[in-house]
Amino acid sequence: MANRRARPNGLNVTIDGVEMSAVEGESVLDVARRAGAAIPTLCYLDGLSVHGGCRVCLVEVDGEHAPRLACSTPVTDEMEVRTATEAITEHRRIVVELLFAEGNHICAVCVSNGSCELQDLASEVGMDHVRFPYQYPDRAADASHPKYVFDPQRCILCTRCVRACAEIEGAHVWDVAARGADSYLVTELNLPWGEAPSCTWCGKCVTVCPTGALAFKGRAIGEMEHDTDLVGFLARARTEGEWEGRS
Amino acid sequence: MAKTIDLFQVADEELEARSRFTCRIKTCASTACLSAGAGPVRTALEQAVAAAHAGHDIEVVPTGCMGLCSKGPLVRAEPRGASPTLFEQVTAEGGRAIAETFTGQRSEPDVTVLDESIPFFTQQRRVVLKSAGKINPDRLEDYVAEGGYRAVLTALTEMTPQEVIEVIRDSGLRGRGGAGYPTATKLGLLADAQGETKYVVANGDEGDPGAYMDRTIMEDDPHRVLEGIILAAYATGASQAYIYVRAEYPSAIERLERAIRDARRHGLLGRNILDNSFRLDVAVRIGAGAFVCGEETALMASIEGKRGTPSIRPPYPTERGLWGAPTMINNVETLANLPEIIAGGADAFASVGTGSSKGTKVFALAGKLQHTGLIEVPMGITLRTIVYDIGGGIPNGRSFKAAQTGGPSGGCIPAAHLDTPVDYESLRALGSMMGSGGLIVMDDTVSMPEVAKFFMEFCMDESCGKCVPCRAGTVQLHELLGKICDGKATRADLQLLESLSWTVRDTSLCGLGQTAPNPVFSTLHYFRNEYLDLVAGGR
Repeated sequence: MANRRARPNGLNVTIDGVEMSAVEGESVLDVARRAGAAIPTLCYLDGLSVHGGCRVCLVEVDGEHAPRLACSTPVTDEMEVRTATEAITEHRRIVVELLFAEGNHICAVCVSNGSCELQDLASEVGMDHVRFPYQYPDRAADASHPKYVFDPQRCILCTRCVRACAEIEGAHVWDVAARGADSYLVTELNLPWGEAPSCTWCGKCVTVCPTGALAFKGRAIGEMEHDTDLVGFLARARTEGEWEGRS
Repeated sequence: MAKTIDLFQVADEELEARSRFTCRIKTCASTACLSAGAGPVRTALEQAVAAAHAGHDIEVVPTGCMGLCSKGPLVRAEPRGASPTLFEQVTAEGGRAIAETFTGQRSEPDVTVLDESIPFFTQQRRVVLKSAGKINPDRLEDYVAEGGYRAVLTALTEMTPQEVIEVIRDSGLRGRGGAGYPTATKLGLLADAQGETKYVVANGDEGDPGAYMDRTIMEDDPHRVLEGIILAAYATGASQAYIYVRAEYPSAIERLERAIRDARRHGLLGRNILDNSFRLDVAVRIGAGAFVCGEETALMASIEGKRGTPSIRPPYPTERGLWGAPTMINNVETLANLPEIIAGGADAFASVGTGSSKGTKVFALAGKLQHTGLIEVPMGITLRTIVYDIGGGIPNGRSFKAAQTGGPSGGCIPAAHLDTPVDYESLRALGSMMGSGGLIVMDDTVSMPEVAKFFMEFCMDESCGKCVPCRAGTVQLHELLGKICDGKATRADLQLLESLSWTVRDTSLCGLGQTAPNPVFSTLHYFRNEYLDLVAGGR
């Protein structure tokens, strides 16, 4: 086949030296994933609105003085992106260390051990120790729901659960309360989850959680597995009538 | 239906009414003087005038800020045909004595007179604060008598919206909220934006520690803010405006709401403003105590009734702002400059200031100085003039060490740079920034790592928690600075402080996090030895 050319409204984008064709409206992350660049993400999830809070999908864009977020930055023509420079890798590592120091992330006793995006990310960025003092926050778990349990010690405030509940299920049971380091997730207007009348028990919040903060009851250490493709599938099914791709 | 005001007639009547008094006694009713006891002073003045049955001859006028807040409560007596006298640190007893002097019951009050020929007053140039301290902020007529709302009349009857923007472009006005974005460019973006409804928002969510420029402007001259808003809305085609004020400014909120009611009643707001086809409504929206809501995307979320957290830009507010409609957000001081630019012309405005920074800037002068208070100075004035002339120098025989501008987002400027002109570019080149106008002077007793720790604590407390580097990074930076100040840190901690500062700066979502490490960078740059001394002690 002849040299693949960009479509009329197509854009030429270079990701880590690989030339890619893109269409207007695509994000750097969309194009980078097609190019095979491994940009890590935490708060981003296909099917949910873009949050931009975790900051691990940072990339360098030519002509920009500060890193940009791959998830929220639309591609432009002739854009040159580098996804894994030394500075970017160091920023990502510091962000992951900050997350580990902020909560109580003890993998050995975690229900999601072995299927945790935070854990995967830590090994991806080569985090072998945390340079910052652990904050050991005092956070109580909410096990009042008959089917699910919420352990805020493992919560990284990515708000995937908030968005999945509000945008896909339409219930908006979850939200963030307080601010800064005191921020925490609440169900309803700070009712125990089990008493939240708007919860439909759909479990989407649990399936999208990147860590062990939200889990099915009755799972022991390492037994929790998330189904993070579900909301993307549902979103596409609704907006584009696309029902394929899931067995 | 509102009856349209005849600005010229009202101004004439007001001036005529004023001339009937043999003496007008002005008493500051701004927050700084009120907290120093100006309330009882005003009562004492009024009671003494009433007791002498002198109400027809002597008028007691509650006004806004006269500037020298450290000497408050201030009272200024303006006898007809004689020179005025400014009294400082007036008590209720002193107030009575001042009133009795002008009713002829005693020869001279036993109150200290403040000399108005000192540099504190003479080195200033008041544009935004032109009427502050002179008029009663609660009376529309007072503002009209000073030439108020003439700019709106001129714009609506003689100028197209595009011409208004051009005049502002020629004036060189830049945003006074801190970043210095050219105001005309912002107006142009909103004017060009497509949308049935467009919004103008006045940002009065001032939150830097020690800063009270915007509070004073809103409290002391609310109609000037409204006039600026009307001009901005006319220039851009906006039909609804909001003034976003923090809840901690109750008297600013009260006075703005009264000003809006009065303006509506006189045909200056609502439909057919001054009998022209232009319409605009203005409403006050009150913040709920979050510093981050001064950031424009968080501010808009707050106005919409959502959690006040910033969101990623683009889209910028002029593309997608309040409820998805094009929106422009300006600092109240920026807007308060517009009436003077339209009424006095772009050239007069641009004749003050430097090449790229035109006009004046209001600063809240605080810290170790003889005179502290609210000042308005021409851009390009040196820091030395502000500190030693206006501020009267450092008290108690100490010496100047540094001045902090830009609050928690800014940096410190050491003695070596005292001759730097105060303008956007020069301050940025020194690693600080103009900021919204907080200016804190420190003497040689101050430890700079402690200063950095103070501002970091502020940012940590005010972080909204949305993005990780700001939420968790400021906590760790604060902890590292604490360790350094306590003499328990090692060289490795200092290195970690620097590399975490870079990450928080480069990776935070909004301006709060991106600028939070600035006081660290700045104190490390100019006073690294203080850090090294503390670190050496910890090894």
